[in-house]
Amino acid sequence: MTSSTLFGISTIAYLVASGLYIGLFVFRAKRLGTLATGLTALTFLVQTAAIVLRWIESYRMGYGHPPLSNMYESLVFFSWATVIFYFGLEFKFKNRIIGAFAIPFAFLAMALASMFHPDEIRPLVPALQSNWLFAHVMTCFVGYAAFAVSSGLGVMYLVKAKSKSKDGLLATLPDLRVIDDIIHKTIIFGFLWLSAGIITGAIWANSAWGTYWSWDPKETWSLITWFVYAAALHARFTRGWGGTRIAWLAIIGFCAVVFTYYGVNFLLSGLHSYAAG
Amino acid sequence: MSGKNKNDIWAFFASVKLALFTFFSLAAASVIGTIIPQGDEFYKFTAARHYSSGAIKAMKVLGIPDMYHSWWFVGLLSLFAINLIVCTIDRLPNLLRLVKMDNLALGVARIIKMPQRRQWFMTGVLEDAAGAVSTVLTGGGWKPARGNHDGHTLLFSQKGAWTRLGVIGVHTSILLIFIGAIIGSSFGYKGNIMLPEGTTVGQIYASGGGNGMIPLSFQLRCDSFELKRYDDGTPKDYRSELTVFDNGREVMRKAIEVNDPLVYKGVTFYQASFQPLDGWFAVEISDKGRNLKKRFFIKPGHKSKWAKAGVGFGIVQQQKMYPMGIRHKIWFNDPAGDPVQFWVADNGTVPVVRGANTYQFKIKQMYATGLQVANDPGVWLVYAGCIIMLLGLYVAFFMSHRRVWLVLTVTDDGRLQVNLNGSANKNKVGFANQFNRLAERLEADESLNLTRE
Repeated sequence: MTSSTLFGISTIAYLVASGLYIGLFVFRAKRLGTLATGLTALTFLVQTAAIVLRWIESYRMGYGHPPLSNMYESLVFFSWATVIFYFGLEFKFKNRIIGAFAIPFAFLAMALASMFHPDEIRPLVPALQSNWLFAHVMTCFVGYAAFAVSSGLGVMYLVKAKSKSKDGLLATLPDLRVIDDIIHKTIIFGFLWLSAGIITGAIWANSAWGTYWSWDPKETWSLITWFVYAAALHARFTRGWGGTRIAWLAIIGFCAVVFTYYGVNFLLSGLHSYAAG
Repeated sequence: MSGKNKNDIWAFFASVKLALFTFFSLAAASVIGTIIPQGDEFYKFTAARHYSSGAIKAMKVLGIPDMYHSWWFVGLLSLFAINLIVCTIDRLPNLLRLVKMDNLALGVARIIKMPQRRQWFMTGVLEDAAGAVSTVLTGGGWKPARGNHDGHTLLFSQKGAWTRLGVIGVHTSILLIFIGAIIGSSFGYKGNIMLPEGTTVGQIYASGGGNGMIPLSFQLRCDSFELKRYDDGTPKDYRSELTVFDNGREVMRKAIEVNDPLVYKGVTFYQASFQPLDGWFAVEISDKGRNLKKRFFIKPGHKSKWAKAGVGFGIVQQQKMYPMGIRHKIWFNDPAGDPVQFWVADNGTVPVVRGANTYQFKIKQMYATGLQVANDPGVWLVYAGCIIMLLGLYVAFFMSHRRVWLVLTVTDDGRLQVNLNGSANKNKVGFANQFNRLAERLEADESLNLTRE
């Protein structure tokens, strides 16, 4: 059994799990919920095993580095982090409907990785041979995972806020007040990790090149993202913004994340070019 | 300036509205510099290809080719800094008041309306009851202070009052980073140097705008440069062995790699690039028996001498190898006999037996190592700011100021009314759980014998 096979299985299983969560939301079948959580948990274990296996495989090839070094590996890690973050929310808020707005991200990341990015294990070029690589990638992607879920919740909020009817499909969604609270909390969580991600990146850049900030497009876009979320938090804390406006900011913020993470690599050039592979 | 105007200006710079404005403006402005190539790339490739001369002129006025250092972008950053300073000063007194306030002086009417509340009754003497309740509160981790207010006896305990200052920490950290960056760009420098193996320098080229040289207060020699590749040809390692001389004395030796620089007297040398020197080769000859070793940099077709060992050598011929690399034909001589000739692959070592001596002959392409040089006296302030920011964010978002009051009142019928109240400024759900545990602890304590009625 190779890591690629296990990643393939995880991709399909996350698709099925997404379907189950959406089914739970649409058909309000409680039993689907248990099934969805069970399948997601199982897939998560398979995915974890695949990550560990890929790590071992890299040692067998004589390269020996954790699987966090290129676009394929980071998408896998993003998917993994999204699921673990979602489980945290499911456990804390005892609500499975959130899964319909979170697990699809885990599937999409895996699908994107397997369709468009080579899964070959490559050795680390000298610039990447640093422990800061792992600190940087992990902190960033924990933040990205939280932001992905917060944007899903943002969509959930807007869908619910738009419908006037008290019953029907949307009645199963949590209260607007509750969704709003969870959005706020996930943004806070993501913001802390994004800050840590930018900082570890800056420290790494300084130890590799002697410059902690060079306005490289990736750096700049991470700062843009940081400003968007900083604005969201300030608007909420001190101007009492909530509801629709924060839901929109959660979605806009995640668009900035996607551009920072994905768009920059393909549309703009810069120091992070090796991450495009 | 009248007092009112002054207040208006202060209020403007202290406002969150201004903060939101600068956040969005900085975000929007930053996008421009990521789309339009900056610096050299703009002038060399972008400008002529994509823009008319008029447009280029307008862009220069707006500083677009070096946008992040343009007057208006720096202006926005300054506005951001002023906003941060003013709003922090503006809010600090209020926060300090909340941290230091005497919570025993709070009116009982306000206390018993706090979001978390319980009420019980008990019998006994007020003084004994206060002591007993204090003991239970302390046992539950809430050691109280005691006071009296309008005939009520008050016990108060709090946790994390200082956490209200977390936000100040975050704001200060950003200012520290700014100050560190300003110090770095005002008093530090960035430079680079292309240093061939075996050469020594005492100055470097300034990076960026100027073409000047920056003198170092010491000298740096590159002893060797080595390029390693993985089997598939991907670069694995760039490694330069460097030696530092201060006042003519060797003071430091270090092999640097990408991610592992050399630091001497506040100047850091980073492995940045390399360049093969066409037609030059590095030869290392050693003789373990006599404990002799020396490096030479030679060109093909020239005879070199190593007087100490009595050796003469040279490259007489070179051949391309399949699929890559070259090999060298070496002419070698010493007093032990007639000259010999042998082949050695580039990057290879060949033993040469000459009478009683055995030499190791090593040859490889000669390189120049490319070093980035930085002197940044502000970087520690930046790092301190980074650490304070993370701690501050954690405190500001995940720790809360929790307060618990217990009010003892003698009722008309001679019993004691016990009110337990509490509030937290954040994580109210978590605090409600803590509060409930404390209430249960009081209720369960047999020495108090609390009743609901």
